[in-house]
Amino acid sequence: MEPFFAIAVGGLAAAAVYLMLSGELLRYIFGLVLLSNAANLAIFVSGRLTPGAPPLIPEGAYAPAGTVANALPQALVLTAIVIGFGLFAFALVLTFRAWTTLGTLEGDDMRVAEPKVTK
Amino acid sequence: MAPVSDKTNNGLIGILPVLLAAALFAFFAAQIPAIAAGEVLRWSMPWFPSQGIELAFLLDGLSLTFALLISGIGTLVLLYSDSYLAGHPQYARFALFLTSFLLAMLGLVLADDLILLFVFWELTTLTSYLLIGFSHEAEKSRRNALQALFVTGAGGLAFLAGLILMGFAAGSTSISEIIAADELRDHAAYTGILVLVFAGALTKSAQVPVHFWLPNAMAAPTPVSAFLHSATMVKAGIYLLARMHPALSGTPGWIWTLTILGAATAVFASLQSLRQTDLKQALAYTTLMALGTLTLLLGQDSGYAMTAFATFLIVHSLYKAALFLVVGNIDAATGTREVAQLGGLGRSMTLTAGAAALAALSMAGAPPFLGFIGKELKYAGALAADAPVLVAGALVLANALMFAVAGVVALRPFWLGSAADLPRAPKERSWRMLAGPVVLGVAGTLFGIFPGPLQQALVTPTVAALTGDAANAAELTLWHGVNLPLLLSLATFALGLALYAGHRPLRAGLAHTLGMLPDLDRGWDRFLDGLKGFAEWQAARIQSGKLSFYLAATFGTVAGALLVTMLARGLPLPAFTLDGFSWAPAAVAALMLAGGVLVLLTRSRITAIAGLGTSGIAISLVFLIYGAPDVAITQLLVETLVVVLVAVALLKLPRLPAPRFRPGAAVISVAVGASVSLMLLSVLGQPLDLSLTSYFEAASYPDAHGRNIVNVILVDFRAIDTFGEIAVVAIAALSALALLRGTKGRTR
Repeated sequence: MEPFFAIAVGGLAAAAVYLMLSGELLRYIFGLVLLSNAANLAIFVSGRLTPGAPPLIPEGAYAPAGTVANALPQALVLTAIVIGFGLFAFALVLTFRAWTTLGTLEGDDMRVAEPKVTK
Repeated sequence: MAPVSDKTNNGLIGILPVLLAAALFAFFAAQIPAIAAGEVLRWSMPWFPSQGIELAFLLDGLSLTFALLISGIGTLVLLYSDSYLAGHPQYARFALFLTSFLLAMLGLVLADDLILLFVFWELTTLTSYLLIGFSHEAEKSRRNALQALFVTGAGGLAFLAGLILMGFAAGSTSISEIIAADELRDHAAYTGILVLVFAGALTKSAQVPVHFWLPNAMAAPTPVSAFLHSATMVKAGIYLLARMHPALSGTPGWIWTLTILGAATAVFASLQSLRQTDLKQALAYTTLMALGTLTLLLGQDSGYAMTAFATFLIVHSLYKAALFLVVGNIDAATGTREVAQLGGLGRSMTLTAGAAALAALSMAGAPPFLGFIGKELKYAGALAADAPVLVAGALVLANALMFAVAGVVALRPFWLGSAADLPRAPKERSWRMLAGPVVLGVAGTLFGIFPGPLQQALVTPTVAALTGDAANAAELTLWHGVNLPLLLSLATFALGLALYAGHRPLRAGLAHTLGMLPDLDRGWDRFLDGLKGFAEWQAARIQSGKLSFYLAATFGTVAGALLVTMLARGLPLPAFTLDGFSWAPAAVAALMLAGGVLVLLTRSRITAIAGLGTSGIAISLVFLIYGAPDVAITQLLVETLVVVLVAVALLKLPRLPAPRFRPGAAVISVAVGASVSLMLLSVLGQPLDLSLTSYFEAASYPDAHGRNIVNVILVDFRAIDTFGEIAVVAIAALSALALLRGTKGRTR
């Protein structure tokens, strides 16, 4: 099943990048959310997929019984999800601030740092 | 440049550097007996022990000769400057630059480690830049200083590559070890080393065709020219070639490159020199001639050529420094350096005139001066060369031209014409400005009449350093009997007299002919303008100021780097099987993609939020199916928050513009997607290392007393990571708060 997901992740990443390249800040943020989802899924898939066996240790045992899902990528992805959310929230507020300050959400119209050279 | 005020010296700042240089000269002079007895003094301490690089200094005949010239002429030049630039408001700076340059030069000739050599090499480049550009108010001065810096700096880069290559080839950076091992000629990298070392040495020593910076470096105050052109800077390249001579010489590449470039430089420069009407420019070109001659001699192998090299090196340093200082005196006394205006100075400036005469006769190669001995040896060396006709022919022509230039510089201004049309009435200069020319001129004469001590102290040890055997040195004497070199000398005098007699009509012809040659100096400004234009064009392309372009470049680079790397290495793709394929996860994945596509296509913001939510929830379903309930819960929570936050923000934000199809963005995003898929597939094609996972599974309960392994990893094994994560979220929240302040009430 992993190769199938590998291709799905690529598709999601492509959609995310296309949105981010739109030049419009709101779509950019949508793309950002999709891209961090794609990245998380990529980490998860590369740790291999084991259906229906969470990495838990049964009562009374010292180790999981039989094969369970790979716990390491899960821990990494958990962290990544939360950080991705922090990034998203900050980007959203930044967009909002850009709108109230600059009055536009078009990235190419935001030229405070690099004003157009007039010759 | 004329003296700036009526002060006669600069007090303590003026005299301290002189004393320092004199002390150095005395120190090196005290080493003469040991070196003359055949000793080689070496001092070293570890610098980068792991690389075998040492702070190593070596004193043999060659480095002692250079060290004495540098410190001796340095003393006289510093003394001269003290009076020439008396009262100059920036004299302290000048003295600092000149002294630093002197020390860098000394370091260069004493260094016995390739890396150390390079450090001093670059220091001379930098300090000479400061000296040439000393009159920084003048635009020409700045331009010429920058030109010298660029040309010699570029050569220096090539030189560094050559040194590193040499260090690798020889397995050591110690110069004396490399020379002792003597294995470079058979090494595969020999040609590369030769080309790179030549690039450094020949730019520094201003050989044709990269000679143009040297006459321009005349923008410096005259004492600087005297120093840079006589004993130092330009001789750095010569020194390098001489130092490497035992290890690299003798191959056709070495012989022919140096012979042809040296001969071309010598003849070309002599012709140019005769053409000049400014005394200082005329001398600048004779320096080029001398450098060409020295290069030419280093191309050879014979004991005669090496003796001629050692002798002419000293001869040239003595007379050239003296003549530059003489020109400085003329300039300071009369306010002009134009030959046409000068005349009859001999009566009012007797000592200067006398020193000029001695130095010029040495330059012309007249007996009994040291220059004569040098010239005889050059001819003897030429006749022993691989291409005697070429070498001797070039030398005769160059020396004859030198003879004529000596007449122009030292005869006309002092003894012919009248002092009537001068801008100022000439007056003899102070003793500080006379010491240099007189001492150097007299030294050239004494060494000519009594060459024995010079031979013993410096020439023979230098030849010993160059060839490994003191017995190779030829005898320095004024009278060798009637032989071919003597006949060539006589021919030189005859030709020189003829050239001097006809130099004025010749000058016009030369100006015309040489003017037709391609001139790299004129091309230089165009080259720099072109470089600036290119930089502007490139900056405008790369830094367009458009965020969309930056993003496209970033993603394009990501995709390109991944795809090219994977294609170049061959993709370790797994066999694409649908083993274990089941419909439920496939449907969830399709849902995830469908949510993404919905966001792409819609212009309704609510639909976009719905698409995002769909995609996110589908992913949490994936986590749930594949045994990651904690991740699934977190994902669900975050997705919910995302939707809520976006929905709140949308109340204040404008509507989305209608989506347009953008082919460029489509290509880039498909490339990124494809590279992500391919990378993931090739990761899946590799065996999975489960050692960490197994450790966590085994240690989770016994060590950390937790049954949920993922939780234990987060809060126990990798607790610091989690702490970092919390910090990131807290910082994001604080920053968001800061951004939100002050936006209240402003909506559009």
